[in-house]
Parts: sequence; C-alpha cells; structure tokens
Amino acid sequence: MLKLALRRFGAMVLIMAVVSFLLFLIFESDKLAVAGKVLGPYSSIEQRELWLEKEGYNRPFLVRYGEWVADALRGDFGQSIRFKAPVSDLLWPRLANTAILAGLVFALMIPLSLTLGVLAGMREGSLLDRLLSFLSIGTTSIPEFASAAFLVALFVFELRWLPGTSSMTGGFDWRQLVLPVAVLVLYDFGYVARMTRASMAEVMTSPYIRTAVLKGLPRHRVILGHALRNALIAPFTVIVLQLNWLLSGVIVVEVFFAYKGFGALLYEAAMFGDIYLIEACTMVAVFVAVFSQFLSDVGYTLLNPRIRFAREGG
Amino acid sequence: MAVRGRRDRSEALPLLAAALRSLGVLRESPVAMAGAAILLFWLAMAVLAPLLPLADPNLPLEPLRPPLSVSADGTATFWLGTDIKGRDVLSRLIWGARRVLVWAGLATLAAYLVGIAMGLVAGYRGGWWDEILSFVANLLLSFPVMVLYIVVITRIGASPLNIVLAVTFASAPAIMRIVRGLVLDLRTRDYVLAARARGEGALWIMLVELLPNARGPLLVDACLRMGYTTIALATLGFLGLGLPPPDPDWGAMIAETQPMGAFAGHAMVFPALAVSSLVLGFNLLADGLREISLRD
Amino acid sequence: MGASAKRPILACEGLGVSYFTRAGEVPAVVGFDLAIARGEAVGLVGESGCGKSTVALAVMRYLGRAGRIVAGSIRFDGRELTTMSERELRRIRGSRISMVYQEPMASLNPSMTVGRQLVEVPRYHAGAGRAEARERALDILARVGLPDTRRIFSAYPHELSGGQQQRVVIAMALLADPALLLLDEPTTALDVTVEAGIVDLIRGVAERFGTAILYISHNLGLIRETCDRVAVMYAGQVVEEGPVTNVFAGMRHPYARGLFAAIPLPDSDRRARPLRPIPGQLPLPHERPGGCFFGPRCTHYRQGTCDREQRMRPLDADPGHRVRCARQAEIAWERESRGPEPRTAEGPGPVVLEVHRLRKEYELDGGLFAALTGRDGTRRIAANEGLDLVAREGETLAIVGESGCGKSTFAKVLVGLEPATAGRITFEGREIAGAPVETRPPEIVAHLQMIFQNPSETLNPSHAVGFQIARVVRKFGAARNRAQVRRRVYELLDLVKLPRAFFRRRPRQLSGGQKQRIGIARAFAGDPRLVVADEPVSALDVSVQAAITGLLTDIQRRRRTTLLFISHDLSLVHYLADRVAVMYLGRIVEQGPTGAVFAPPYHPYTEALLSAVPLADPGLVKRRILLEGELPSALDPPAGCPFHTRCPRRIGSVCEEREPPLRRFDGDHRILCHLPAEELARGRPVIRRRHPREPSHIPLR
Repeated sequence: MLKLALRRFGAMVLIMAVVSFLLFLIFESDKLAVAGKVLGPYSSIEQRELWLEKEGYNRPFLVRYGEWVADALRGDFGQSIRFKAPVSDLLWPRLANTAILAGLVFALMIPLSLTLGVLAGMREGSLLDRLLSFLSIGTTSIPEFASAAFLVALFVFELRWLPGTSSMTGGFDWRQLVLPVAVLVLYDFGYVARMTRASMAEVMTSPYIRTAVLKGLPRHRVILGHALRNALIAPFTVIVLQLNWLLSGVIVVEVFFAYKGFGALLYEAAMFGDIYLIEACTMVAVFVAVFSQFLSDVGYTLLNPRIRFAREGG
Repeated sequence: MAVRGRRDRSEALPLLAAALRSLGVLRESPVAMAGAAILLFWLAMAVLAPLLPLADPNLPLEPLRPPLSVSADGTATFWLGTDIKGRDVLSRLIWGARRVLVWAGLATLAAYLVGIAMGLVAGYRGGWWDEILSFVANLLLSFPVMVLYIVVITRIGASPLNIVLAVTFASAPAIMRIVRGLVLDLRTRDYVLAARARGEGALWIMLVELLPNARGPLLVDACLRMGYTTIALATLGFLGLGLPPPDPDWGAMIAETQPMGAFAGHAMVFPALAVSSLVLGFNLLADGLREISLRD
Repeated sequence: MGASAKRPILACEGLGVSYFTRAGEVPAVVGFDLAIARGEAVGLVGESGCGKSTVALAVMRYLGRAGRIVAGSIRFDGRELTTMSERELRRIRGSRISMVYQEPMASLNPSMTVGRQLVEVPRYHAGAGRAEARERALDILARVGLPDTRRIFSAYPHELSGGQQQRVVIAMALLADPALLLLDEPTTALDVTVEAGIVDLIRGVAERFGTAILYISHNLGLIRETCDRVAVMYAGQVVEEGPVTNVFAGMRHPYARGLFAAIPLPDSDRRARPLRPIPGQLPLPHERPGGCFFGPRCTHYRQGTCDREQRMRPLDADPGHRVRCARQAEIAWERESRGPEPRTAEGPGPVVLEVHRLRKEYELDGGLFAALTGRDGTRRIAANEGLDLVAREGETLAIVGESGCGKSTFAKVLVGLEPATAGRITFEGREIAGAPVETRPPEIVAHLQMIFQNPSETLNPSHAVGFQIARVVRKFGAARNRAQVRRRVYELLDLVKLPRAFFRRRPRQLSGGQKQRIGIARAFAGDPRLVVADEPVSALDVSVQAAITGLLTDIQRRRRTTLLFISHDLSLVHYLADRVAVMYLGRIVEQGPTGAVFAPPYHPYTEALLSAVPLADPGLVKRRILLEGELPSALDPPAGCPFHTRCPRRIGSVCEEREPPLRRFDGDHRILCHLPAEELARGRPVIRRRHPREPSHIPLR
C-alpha cells in the first residue's frame, strides 16, 4: 500500500516536473518576446537587451529554469505584467474565491448525485431510473455557458430574482453565488449520478448480492451492508477526478459571471499574455488535477481490500 | 468506362446495404432514434444552408428585433429576431451549425486517428512503447481541458487548423486510453494468439484482428466525443478564442449578446438552445448505441 | 412416523419457468416434476441450457426481473413457495433452504471479511448475539474441514484459495441447519483434487447435518458418487429419474443413454469403447418439437408414437425408475452396436519433436518505475522447469495437470508465442526454443500449429469464417490465386465435416462445437506435422466433446500428424492418448505409455489425480486418496520435491530438501520421486473393474 502511494507520488512529481519544463520552454525560450511583453510593444530592441541582461536572462536556459523552479517552490512566481503586483499576491485570494465556489458545488453535487444514482441503480428500469437517465443526459448536454445563458435569461432578465454578475464589488453576497453554483452543479451532477447508477446496478446483479439475498437478509441490510460499499468505489474515483473537469467549468462560469476567481485570472492572464501569471496559474491548475488523480488512485486502493492487501503480500 | 461503372456499382451496393442495415439497428432503441433525428436535422440544416432563403448571416440589418418580427420594409421576417448588430439570428444559427459540424468533425477525426494509433501500439506492443505513450497521455490529461485549450490557443493563435490541433492534443490521450484498454483485453484472446501462431505481423494483428473488435465501444465514444468537441468549440467561441469572427459561432453569439442581454435575451437563448440540442443529439445517440451493444 | 415426516421436503409439480425477453417468452423449464424426501440427496444432471439451474433459482424464487414461474407448484415442507410473500420467503431463505453456487469467489462479498458474512446468518435468523454468532461461525468453519478457523474468520475472500472459498460458502449455507441444500455445480470451477475434497464434504453433509440435497451438475460421475437418486434433464424436462444404482446400471431414455455413451471412462480407450456423440443439437426453447423433445435427435424415433406428448412412465420391473419415453420397453439396448469397428493403431514413426531441459520463467514487477529507481524488484516465476519430452510421428502425447501446472505455458513456448528461457526444443531437426514465432521460418510455422481452448474466442468475431480460413491458406502458401484458395477452404470445411455454406457465416452464427471445428480446420490448413491442442473440448458439453474428440483424432490418425493433447481430464486422456506426461507445478512428475501411467507404479500425485476422477460407471471401483493442503503458489514453490507439501506418501526430510531423482521403469515409463522403485512398484491400481459380487454403489451412510 505504502509502496503504491509512493509510486503514485513519484509519478505525480515527474509529471509536474515535465509540465513545468514544457511551460518554461513554451513561454520563456524566446527571450526577446518575454522582454517585449514586459516592457510593452513600443520598447526598443536596446531597451529589451538591457532589461534581459539586468534580469539575468542571458544565462543558459537550464540555469534560468532551475532558478524559476526554485523560486516557484518558495511561492515566488515573479511579477504580474498586467496587474503590476507579485503573482502570489494575486493568486491566493483568487484561489480562495474559487475554493468557495468549488466547495459549494461539491457540497451540493455529491449528496444529490450519489443519492439519485444509488436509488436508480437499486431498481434498474424503474420510473426513477429512467427519469434520472433522461435528466442526466439532458443536463450533461448543456454546456456551462449555455445553461448560464438560460438561467440568466430566466432569473435575471425575466423574473429579476437574482443578479446577473457575481463580481462581489460591494462585499460578499451569497445571492451572487447562486447562479454560478447552479450552473456548475447542473453540468456535473449528471455524470456522477450516471456513474453511480451504473456501478450500483452492476453490483446489484452480482453473485454476492444474490448470496446475500438468498441468505434471507432484509433488503435494507443487503443494500447498506453488502451493496453500497462496493458500489461506491467507482463513483468515489469519478468524484475526485471531477475536480479536473470542474476547473474547466470554473473558467467559463467565472468569466460569464465576472466572478473574481482563479479561472477568470487564468483567462485574463492568457488573453493579455501575462507570461508569469499564466505560468503560475497553469502550474496550480495542473497541480490540482494531478493531485486529485493521486488522491483518487490511493483512495481507490484503500477502498478496495482486494488490492489493498494484494500489494502488501506476495 | 462502362465496364468500370458496372463494377463500381456492384462493389458499392453491398456496402450501401451494410450501411443501411447498421442504421436499421438504431430502430431497436428509441433513444438512439431520437438522437439520430436531432443530428439529421442539424446535418440537413448545415448542408442546405446555402440553398435556404436566409439573410446573409454577417449583414447588419435592423438591430435588436424580437423573434417573429417583420423588417421595416415588410419584405423579410426575422423568425428568431436579430442580434445587437442587427444580424439575422436564424441565419447565423444555421450557418453556425455548418461551421461547428465541419470543424468538430474534422477535429474529432484527427483526434481519433492519433488516439487509435497510439492506443494500438501502446496496448499491443506493451513494454517501453506503452510506458512512453502512456506517460505522454498522462501528461496531456493532467491539464484541465480548458486550461490546455487556453494555453495552446493563446500561444499559437485561434485559426481553424490550430483549433483542430488543440482538440487533438486534448482528446487523443483519452481515446488512446480507451483503445489501449480494449487492446489489452483483446490481445489475450485466442484468435489473436492464433494469428500470431501463424506468423502474422504486428500491423495485420493491430488493424485486422484487434481494431474491428474494438469498434463497438469506440463508436459510442466517438458520438460522445463529437458532443464534447462541439461543447469545446462553442466554449472557445464564447471565450473569444474560437474560430475567428465575423462568421457566426454559437458560443461567440452568446458572448456578444451577454452585456446587452437584458434587451436581446433571444439572441442569447437561441444559440444556447442550438448548441445544447446538437450535443443532446450526440449524447442520445451514444446512449442508445451503448444500450444496443449491451443487448447482444 | 407422522404425516409430516413422510411428506417430501420439496415437491415440484408441473413446474414451468419462463424468461421474458425482447424476443418474447422463453420457456426454460416446462412440466418439471421432482420430489425430494427428508435427508435425501437427489442429483439433477443435464447439459448446458437444459434448465437445471433455473430449477434451483425457481425454488429460491430468485429469477430476476425477466424470469417468472408460469405454471405448477413448488411445495417446501408442505408450504407453497410460488405464492409466498417476500417476507415469508426471507424467513425461509438461508435458514430452511440454502444454496451453494458455481463461482465461490464471485459469491462472496469482496469487501467484507468471511467472518462478518458468516455471522449475519445466525444474527438475522436466530436472533443470536454477537458473541454467540461468532462462536457458531467458528464452529461451522471447523465442521466443513477448514484449518485455522480464526485466521479464515478474519480473512477477506480473495485471501483464500478456491477450495477454501467454496467451503466457506458451504459453511454459510449450513450455518442455520437448513432442511434443504441446493448445490449448483459447486465444484465446476475447481481443480479435480480440490473437487474431490469438496465432494467428500458434501457426501457427509446429509449424514452429519440431516440435510436433504439437490445437487445440480453436468457431471454424471459426480452425481453417481454423491446422490441417492438422480433425475436427468433435457430441454426443460426430466426425462429419466430413479435411484442412482438402478439408473446408472441401466439407463432407459435414449438421451440419458446417449449422454452416458459420450463420456470417456478412465479404464477404457478408444479401441475398446469408442465414444458416441449424440447427433444434432439441443433445440432452442421456442423451437422445441411437438411430442418428444428428443425426437429429432433420436435414432429410435417412430412416427405415431414419439410425436405425441410424452409423460413419465415407471419401468415394469422397477417402479421407482421412471422414464419419459413411450418406446422404453421396446428398445433392445443390449443389441445395440458399439459403433464402428475400431481400427488398430499403427506404430509410432520417427521422432518429430524433442524437448530437452526446457525452462520458462516469467518476470514480475518490472516496468519503468523499477528501471528508473534502479531497483531490481524483478521476481521470477518458473512456469516450466526441466521438461524432457519426445513426440513421434502419428502419436498422441497427452499432457495432464491441474490449473497452474504450466501445461498451457508449455504449449505457448512450443508454438513460439512465448520464448523459452533455457533448454532446447528440436522440431523437424531445427532448434526453435529461443525463437519467437515471428522469427521462425514459414514452413516451421505451418508445420507446428495450435488448436485453442475457448470456442467463443477462437474465431475473430468480426470476420466471416471463410475469410479467416482463407487467410491461413494464403499465409501458409498452400494456394495462391482466388479460386485455388477458395477450393482449399472448401476442402478444409469438408475435412471437419461442415457444410461449405459456412464459408459466408459469421462466428456468432456458429455453435461452440462448430467453432472448434473451424479451429481444427485452421490448424490443419498448412499440413502440420505437430498440432498442439490446449484443452480443445473442455468448454464444450459432453455430447459435443465426443464428436470433436472423434473428429480430431480421426484427422490426426489419417494424416499421421503428431498430436500434443493438453488436458485436465484424465478420463479423456486415457481414452485417446498413446503416451501421457503428468505435470505438477511446472515439472513433469511422471511420463510413459498411457497404460503404464494409469497402472502401478504411480507417482503419488498421479495416484491422487486418478482417485479424484468421478466415476459414472457403476462397474468401476476406486481407492480413495485425498490430498491435504492447498496447491502452493508458483511464486514461492516448495524446495525439494514440489509435491511434498501435499504428498500422502512423503518419506521425510529428504522430500523437503532434495530434488527427487528420476526413476525408470519398463517401456520408457519415468517417475520423478524419492520413493524407491520397488516401493513405487508395489502400489495397487486406483481404479479397477468391480468384482461381480461387490456392492455396485459406494455406501453413503
């Protein structure tokens, strides 16, 4: 078990290293372009050369990369070109905002999708099952910006119940969170619910559930004691991996509702060509994705006794 | 010439019959039928766009007209209204369908070619081939999709070709994983051993023995992926990173309208409906196909 | 005796069970009658698709959403089960009626310890407290013959061997002291020596627990050895029923008789008692003929008698023995011919294949990570170790052993699907041990072909049959142009006795037996000198097995091809092989001419294997030798003699420390054992013909 976790951890570090190198290669191998970005399009070649020399850009590429990595590990990602502030000062508050958004989404989505999925999977082909299938195909077909458009048209323009932007300029306002959270839950819950349903349905037809039923156990004991634990292994990994998907959705939603989160920051940085900010944001995004993969792998092993022990023994 | 023509027909007929038969399979699942119907509708719209009596999608006429309104000179009806720049929404929707179907199709195809090749080699060859290809796939999959799109496109620019490239980057690793998984399962089948035992080469085994037997799950996945790609293209359009304006793009239509949305809700809702229905078509077809394949 | 004691514990009358699918109603069981007395063991035997498992699930009322009881009644201890409420059923299931299943691993919950799964039974049925339930569970584990019950109690299912898992399932079934135990193919997934232990346990169940048993199996021998009465099922009905002794002594229904004639017995070979397949195929449920369901396949079919509905009739001489055949009294079975006159075998020719000190290792745990960290985490498993073997032209050499003994690995090494690690393989004078098939010259590839085990996998489901055979024909250069290839494919279809129309068929349109025939055609396309057949009939029903075995040996004899026949079935091996090699944990422990291997002197393992074969012939008796312990893991093979951990004749430390020597006997008969040759030679035969005055049935209690 420990060996497996270490192995996965090693793979994670390796991926992060390669990603960082690729990013650095893409964005900073062309020194003059970097200087042009920092000093603005009207700077002269001489100014740029001078700046490069001053900032130590004329040292070998690998040395620069090493220094960048060392700084990044200490939390120093350089200076944002657009916001004229240290990247780390920008990053953390934005990340916190996004964490609030994502936390709410998960808090709503997980109970909703697991309950619906388990209930539907328990009775394959029942009315609830078919209803859920329909609903989840429908909601997963509506991209975030489209459902945002529907919801805004309805709740903002027609009914005038909710604000159409979530920039929170006047301080924290929970009403501004309703639509972004709703959009993300709507798009994500269907997938998890379907996975849960499939997993539960498969477990319910397995021979060991037959054994449990033919042992004469009451139905609640069969479901809670025998089916649920096995059925939730697959959805668990899916939920953790959902973080990766959520990050994509978060960008769209934050842009749509002008929410001051991490996704919007990444987007602005990319549109503006704010090199250091892009690098930092991308590294954070990839870290979240890779770390959720790591958690999902390790969690899967912990939940599954067959693997948990097989790796230790032998 | 005449001889060749006859021969062609005799070769083509069974092919056509086979294609029709495989369409007939859809009749077993109402869900698949519904999906196919939606897709056929959009396909027809996309193909017929130049023939339909539509206004020029890029021509500003009268801004912010509501749906079903008649133009000032009484000659034209704006069935779905006009947008903030006065362009006909219906026309833009239909031309937009043409654009998204073409580029989503091409992008998915490219991703499939790369993904299948990678998956076949990784799954069948194994060893170092597998280690390296799987690492590359993991690397690409460790980017949240939209982050990958944004990084790639802001770096190389938003041309149609670059978008195909970005989709390939994002989708091929996922396809590769599916193919690899299927191949790992199939390669231990006795018929593959039989092929090896009679001295078949790797290429024959991959293309003739393995790939045809992976077609069921791949077909389902291809439908889903067409849906994802449609979403991705439209989302890029929404973010201003999609196919360049002024040609209509469903995502961009929403983004353009959003600031003035209170006055032109229709110009936002209709493109959203269009993209959702098209994706729904792909998802329903995929679901139906999966259901059919599980039955046999 | 009161009325309740005489009343049968289970009585099915006119039972009909159907599955409702998209295609409509599929009647799986029709007009099924069976009664089981208290404490009685009844066997239900039949081939796949006859509805025998459906009967058990119907008794349990567990037919899924598609299945429904459409007619008749099932009374358990006088109470009607078909109309019982879920609540009442729950009280009966697991406490009064319990069930044991075919796949022990799948039947146990993978994420719960064995103990927790066992304890549930007394907790829910007897309302027992935690401590008491635990006591009972530990007690029952000991009573089903499991060692170290505390360890097993707290183990997860995957930590146990297949045999132990099945004992746990049986323990769980017996825990509430049920009146009726349903066993659905409980040993089919297990190896023969493990099966023998389970069968022994089941035999004692009725005696020690007073439980009535319904034992469902496809294996006539198992039923004969465990049951008091037997019912033979065909196409959803019982066609013959009676006390085991009487039925096995003289089967009366043409189907039951055909089934019996299709199985090989471990004391006969193809010359003495050729197997006779049953012609035709089992009709699909909705295509059953009017009148006798067996009519279209029956050689005794008569218009006017057999086309009317058949009912069970008692035999005049033996009222307890009943048969569903209008003509049972007329058919003179004794006069029936024993099939075609057997041809005497020609002597073996020159040596075709020579294997010398062959070794095959697999590496575990390698990969990128191990390579990157420079850690040598590679562990090696020897799947084959020191194999010495010679095969001559036109002979059939059989390799027998249980799963994991390395017999299939050996097949793969021979054909070149896996390279050998060390040793020599000389084929047609060429050294091929290290050469994977890709590097072998084409004529070697064509001359050394293989037939595979699994009919559902042997053909590529995506391509038509003709395409697949044609590819082989082209590949082996037997024909060049289209017409020649086509002609050659037709010849091959003729060879395996399939209609030429099969050229255009898709594999999914073929039955399992037909697929195996195509597999044979494919192997013989390049005029091979040696054909390796890896369990070619083990996935088939017995009546089909006989046909495929017959076809294969017939072609091989006529072409004087060498056949390397790999099997776990000793009876089959005895039936068709000229020479036999017995494998255990990667080694050949005994080899020699078939007659010599199946008679003393024996290797102790061969002796135990032979004793484990269930016998369907009441004319045979056997010595019982039960192996203790479990098959050791190939990862951690025992030192010294690989068999010493289970050997009933182990001498002492020498077996544990030193590799056994090869003892040679007359006629190139070799045994790998520490026991002295004289000691080995003193053994008595395991299976022999019964003396006329010996009791024909093994006494059960």
